[in-house]
Amino acid sequence: MKREIVIEDLRHGSELLKRGFASLQKGGVIMDVTSAEQAIVAEKAGAIAVMALHAVPADIRKAGGVARMADPAVISEIIEAVTIPVMAKCRIGHFMEAEILEALGVDMIDESEVLTPVDTHHVDKRGFTVPFVCGARDLGEALRRIAEGAAMIRTKGEAGTGDVKEAVRHMKLIMGEIRSLTGKNEEELRDVAKELKVSFEVVHETAKLQRLPVVNFAAGGIATPADAALMMRLGADGVFVGSGIFKSENPPRMASAIVEAVNNYDDARKLAEISKGLGLPMKGIEVSVLTEEELLQVRGW
Amino acid sequence: MTTRIGVIAMQGDVEEHVIALEKTLAERGALGEVIKIKYRGIVRSCDALVIPGGESTTIGRLMQRENILSEIKTAVEEREIPILGTCAGLVLLAREGDDEVAKTGQPLLGLMDVKVKRNAFGRQRESFETLLKMNIFEEPFPAVFIRAPSITHVAEHVEVLATFDEHVVATQQENILALAFHPELTEDRRIHHYFLDLV
Repeated sequence: MKREIVIEDLRHGSELLKRGFASLQKGGVIMDVTSAEQAIVAEKAGAIAVMALHAVPADIRKAGGVARMADPAVISEIIEAVTIPVMAKCRIGHFMEAEILEALGVDMIDESEVLTPVDTHHVDKRGFTVPFVCGARDLGEALRRIAEGAAMIRTKGEAGTGDVKEAVRHMKLIMGEIRSLTGKNEEELRDVAKELKVSFEVVHETAKLQRLPVVNFAAGGIATPADAALMMRLGADGVFVGSGIFKSENPPRMASAIVEAVNNYDDARKLAEISKGLGLPMKGIEVSVLTEEELLQVRGW
Repeated sequence: MTTRIGVIAMQGDVEEHVIALEKTLAERGALGEVIKIKYRGIVRSCDALVIPGGESTTIGRLMQRENILSEIKTAVEEREIPILGTCAGLVLLAREGDDEVAKTGQPLLGLMDVKVKRNAFGRQRESFETLLKMNIFEEPFPAVFIRAPSITHVAEHVEVLATFDEHVVATQQENILALAFHPELTEDRRIHHYFLDLV
């Protein structure tokens, strides 16, 4: 039997495939994990993806020193253990770590301020087959990352603190800056582009869509179902939970409660039920007691 | 009469399907509305349903928790309403899954007599776009496969609409349509029109 196969047009790593992958994550929770066992807990709880790390941000913060890409052996074990997508972090500007992660089969790379940056230039993400997610504190950072090829943006927040304050601030700032583009004519949008150091096209597209041209998640300090729901109400497309799950008293329960909270963010009665009896959330550190040097969010340009 | 199309909105690219369906309705000049379904009690008011792409484990669990799985089964059994499932939606429509499906213990609707394999083409770096020949259209369809599943076994009464490199990637059983790829991510709305023809 002769089959008719049309493969002359087969394309990998296109912008559509990268942004499409990010779109499929919407309404979901991506959880930080440091082992195959934790990845299985996350998958069972309904995580849409896991982020493979050598330590959760709270422990990275405590340990100090240089924070690097996770051990490839651990990443491979996690890839073997679960059926959902596996993401991993590379240092800002460390394109070699990014290439290694791509070679390992990681589904998305987080070029992350949680690790120690190696360059004032971010990775040129356009040449990669796998999509990237990057952190942003404001619209300028978000659009510069998108221009470099990021297929997904997340707020930076302040990772490893369990204090959602900074994620709230970053999300509101980005949303507000997008709203302020409304009503601007082409000349004024060109001024904005110049000021933010991005192309007119990406500013124009954002103004027209009235949202970022890629999926926008919340991250950095989310520790409870109420935190996750708060970020969804502020307009996040989904959430990353770092230390908030495996630094809580009962990780499986906290994980599934946060998944349900993201799904039910517009129903306070359901959120009340979901939030009952989860045990202690992570202890955390209030962001305002951190010194400027201790802040992770200021890393990146 | 106004057609009401419900998009299951637990997780995934819900908005893309809503926009594609609204544009399709407008192109047909048809009266209709597209609603998102997150809670029980809404499926019974719909004339057609769409299960989007996303993570089938997550969507399946949340649908089960909200009792939407059984509502969909009832709607199909009693009113035979059309359903379109893309990617994760295809997995959820299937009668049977592979080892990965068994391992995660995810619930399936079992409405289409096919067996599915999750992540049949590999990981994200293997995701691809291609022009796919489908036996329902003259011209090939721009198909976007993202960590896509494939159909490994098809019952006799299920029609194969497209194959790619020996994988079955689109099937139809009466008015249920299952695709391994994402027509909602492109501007080609022929599949959404084909689906609305079934309503």
